[in-house]
Amino acid sequence: MGIGDGLSRTFLSWPVVRQVTGADPLGRGPAARSAHTDGLTARTETADRVARSVCPYCAVGCGQLVYVKDEQVVQIEGDPDSPVSRGRLCPKGSASKNLVTSPLRQTTVRYRAPFGTEWEDLELDVAMEMIADRVVKARDDTWQELDDDKTVRRTLGIASLGGATLDNEENYLIKKLFTAMGAIQIENQARI
Amino acid sequence: MAEAHPVGFQWVMEAKARGATVIHVDPRFTRTSALADTFVPLRVGTDIAFLGGVINYVLQNGLDFREYVVAYTNAAVIVSDDYQDTEDLDGLFSGFDPATRTYDPASWQYAGRDSAQDGDDQDHVVQRETASALQHETHGIGVESDPPRDETLQHPRCVYQILKRHFARYTPELVSQTCGVSTEAFLEVARAFTENSGRDRTTALVYSVGWTQHSVGVQYIRTGAILQLLLGNMGRPGGGIMALRGHASIQGSTDIPTLFNLLPGYLPMPTAGVDDSLDDWLDGISHPGSKGYWANARAYGVNLLKAYWGDAATAENDFCFDYLPRITGDHGTYRTVLDMIDGKVKGYFLLGQNPAVGSAHGKAQRLGMANLDFLVVRDLFEIESATFWKNSPEVETGEIVPQECRTEVFLMPAASHVEKEGTFTQTQRMLQWREKAVEPPGDCRSELWFFYHLGRLIRERLAGSTAERDRPLLDLAWDYPMLGDTDDPDAEAVLMEINGYDVATRRPLSSFTEMKADGSTLGGCWIYTGVFADGVNQAARRTPGSEQSYVAPEWGWAWPANRRTLYNRASADPQGRPWSERKAYVWWDASRGAAGEWTGHDVPDFEVTKPPSYRAPAGSDGVEAIEGVDPFIMQGDGKGSLFVPKGLIDGPLPTHYEPVESPFRNPIHGQQANPTRKEYSRPANRLNPSPPEPHAEVFPYVFTTSRLTEHHTAGGMSRYVGRLAELQPEMFVEVSPELAAERGLQNGGWCHVVTARAAVEGRVLVTDRLSPLRVEGRVIHQVWLPYHWGTGGMVTGDSANDLFGISLDPNVLIQESKAGTCDVLPGRRPTGRDLLAFVEGYQRRSGVHDDHARPIVTVGPGAQAPDDGDETPDPAGGT
Repeated sequence: MGIGDGLSRTFLSWPVVRQVTGADPLGRGPAARSAHTDGLTARTETADRVARSVCPYCAVGCGQLVYVKDEQVVQIEGDPDSPVSRGRLCPKGSASKNLVTSPLRQTTVRYRAPFGTEWEDLELDVAMEMIADRVVKARDDTWQELDDDKTVRRTLGIASLGGATLDNEENYLIKKLFTAMGAIQIENQARI
Repeated sequence: MAEAHPVGFQWVMEAKARGATVIHVDPRFTRTSALADTFVPLRVGTDIAFLGGVINYVLQNGLDFREYVVAYTNAAVIVSDDYQDTEDLDGLFSGFDPATRTYDPASWQYAGRDSAQDGDDQDHVVQRETASALQHETHGIGVESDPPRDETLQHPRCVYQILKRHFARYTPELVSQTCGVSTEAFLEVARAFTENSGRDRTTALVYSVGWTQHSVGVQYIRTGAILQLLLGNMGRPGGGIMALRGHASIQGSTDIPTLFNLLPGYLPMPTAGVDDSLDDWLDGISHPGSKGYWANARAYGVNLLKAYWGDAATAENDFCFDYLPRITGDHGTYRTVLDMIDGKVKGYFLLGQNPAVGSAHGKAQRLGMANLDFLVVRDLFEIESATFWKNSPEVETGEIVPQECRTEVFLMPAASHVEKEGTFTQTQRMLQWREKAVEPPGDCRSELWFFYHLGRLIRERLAGSTAERDRPLLDLAWDYPMLGDTDDPDAEAVLMEINGYDVATRRPLSSFTEMKADGSTLGGCWIYTGVFADGVNQAARRTPGSEQSYVAPEWGWAWPANRRTLYNRASADPQGRPWSERKAYVWWDASRGAAGEWTGHDVPDFEVTKPPSYRAPAGSDGVEAIEGVDPFIMQGDGKGSLFVPKGLIDGPLPTHYEPVESPFRNPIHGQQANPTRKEYSRPANRLNPSPPEPHAEVFPYVFTTSRLTEHHTAGGMSRYVGRLAELQPEMFVEVSPELAAERGLQNGGWCHVVTARAAVEGRVLVTDRLSPLRVEGRVIHQVWLPYHWGTGGMVTGDSANDLFGISLDPNVLIQESKAGTCDVLPGRRPTGRDLLAFVEGYQRRSGVHDDHARPIVTVGPGAQAPDDGDETPDPAGGT
């Protein structure tokens, strides 16, 4: 390939040349296209599948389409079918791919021992066993059968806060388990 | 709305394009103001005065929608001779006891009511402690179904006349003086509101936590409700009062509550000594003798108990009712945090919530967490509530020393919304099912996984126990199909349990009317019954909006029974005809069915075959007692409550009280602030003084907080996200040019804001989005802060919620965190120990440094007496 070939190809490939010489004087159609453009494919087109979802931020409930390729989320867009949002997302909703793929996501258990100054690693199943032990002990240590002769059957030693960002099914199991345990200080953002 | 719910705001703009007038009332000019026809800045904490002024305008000029008001509200009902108003008692209602700062509401009852009947369900001390007052709101006020009425509205003790007298003081001049709004701007709003209400037109009110996070927050919304009922804007298209809630499923977590005082479907947690038996509990909900669907509470309660305890729940053992733990007082999140500081709480779970930044009085939150045996944080990121022991402001001041802090912390990584399936309930009660897109990474798990397996492990540990206390765990129905390699419980199976089914055949119930009280059906949340109607997951429906009516009934599923607008019987006149063709929504069609049916664009919120002409047989109650002209089918009298004879701790009508921290004496009544508010007086919770106390001038400015479009509440889902952190990278403080000049603040420079709790710094943003207001003859400056920052994430900064103390609305125990007083100084705040000394200096100068008991009641017997607040005695009765 000679130098002249390269120059002329470069020069002739300028969009403005195509715009002036071609059938697209406003430069809003074919003139603006290039080989590079033609080589691009939207991630939404090459995705393996699309999941219908809902934005996790505020309570408007905008529809989201979650595009997945090779078991990774590659794009999240507004769902144009949604009568709530008609395909729109706000800055937060538009950043939700960034949310779920953030490099700061915590993906392993972190453990801070009493009086510790740093995090330690812990296996998930070990952590679960430890938490179960502590719940059983706290419940035993703080169990209250009576309050002024009135039956209360509860513990005031275990509390929980959270739920407004969670699913109904999750809140249902949370309340069911804590209630059976006798824990009553179960609260969420709706009190705040 | 354009800032915090931008996509919802498109519908406001759609309405504006069709000719609607958009009015924005807010302390600060925002993106919403920029797009509104009218922007009215007002003083923080004066919304009741403003709306009360509009109510007065309606009543003085006879602008109420009279036919609607007479037929559908309690305007005509005659109230007891003994009732005395705030007009008579300088800001208190009759029945006030200054010793407990609560009311005996006997004198608020409808005339002819035997007050002895009110008995023990009316103890306001207990109700305030348990946030149970509003159970009457969801359960319908338990008033008798047929009180005396004067439909001419002339009787001096009818609700309409009481209302007129109560609000007569709220003149345009008083509104102007109190709110800092010009009379012209106020009258423009009043005129627009009334001209856009009636047969042909409706007006909607939209609010967020700017109305709820006050010591008188419930009454803010009540004021809106009175206005909307007077103007006929409830149950009609384009009307209503819209709560724009701020979290994806905060509505769902209220319906299927993770709240101390509620069980699913707004069934109350039983109170010790009150709900001693299944019958006591259920009668307390159903109010025998009242109208409405709560009369079926037995079925709802039994179905929940069957869903919880399955085969173990039988008619013989009252369906395991005794397995439910009992509440005895205030077990709300703020009480619990103070109990942590006092060492009473051992373990704490935080589930997608970051109270170190997001709750009022951040220092109290963090000191509480530093005094636990163990803390479990389940989150996507390493949020501040997981790291208080190593990088909180208290580590900097030396109040938390890592080597001395005993709390064991488990940070458990959570699955995101695309890594699990399930339903969110959005702000208009609509459930939408989310499909799972991918598996969660690493050790990330859903709450469904975490709580199912935690329950399994606890039950394994207790297996074989003979202790009575372990029966509720061992007998728990805890058997769900498992999916995938990680053994995730099947969310659809949980949703099916929530919906309910026939125990023998497992046929899903299609309506809560199919629930049986004999144990043959079960269902975990009666208001959600129908989400699995016909065995189909209705929440997963996705008929495109463009292929259905504007009501869009085939997208998701709304409780109850897929109704999109509640109380929509009120969209038709008493005869069942649309109030106007333009506003037709639901109406009676005599030609449908055997003898006529209700029909329309939405699912009628009424028995479909009950004609408008139906009148209840004498002596009936429950559903049978709802007459053809009673749209408010959950209320004990079927009517909208302009006046609330029971159910509210702070009075049957809203009245303007100053915020707990205010630079002004209440210009309307001698009672300064809400006398029934919940206040925890302790050294850790010092509040800035307000008139008539001395030294209010130490904190001369008013401040409030709200969200930025680019961040989400406590920042746990935005400061750790690159794009959003980049869009709003730094904490800032907005001040007017006038305040900047007064305090020497430089745009772009630093300033710090000080209260009796904390000093918080940020960059100064000098802007005319805030303007000084003239209130009670003098100029008041207001300061605005976003509250998203903390020590974690990609962008860090001080937390605005550290500035607030804890004082609570008495009805719902929600904190006043939208109004406070402060000082503002140029430059950065002191650090380390100096910071503590700096704040202590303000406490000393304002006179709140010692164990300061403030006067809460400021009129009548007991006025000005120091009040220790509501430090609850140890519920265990011990130390």
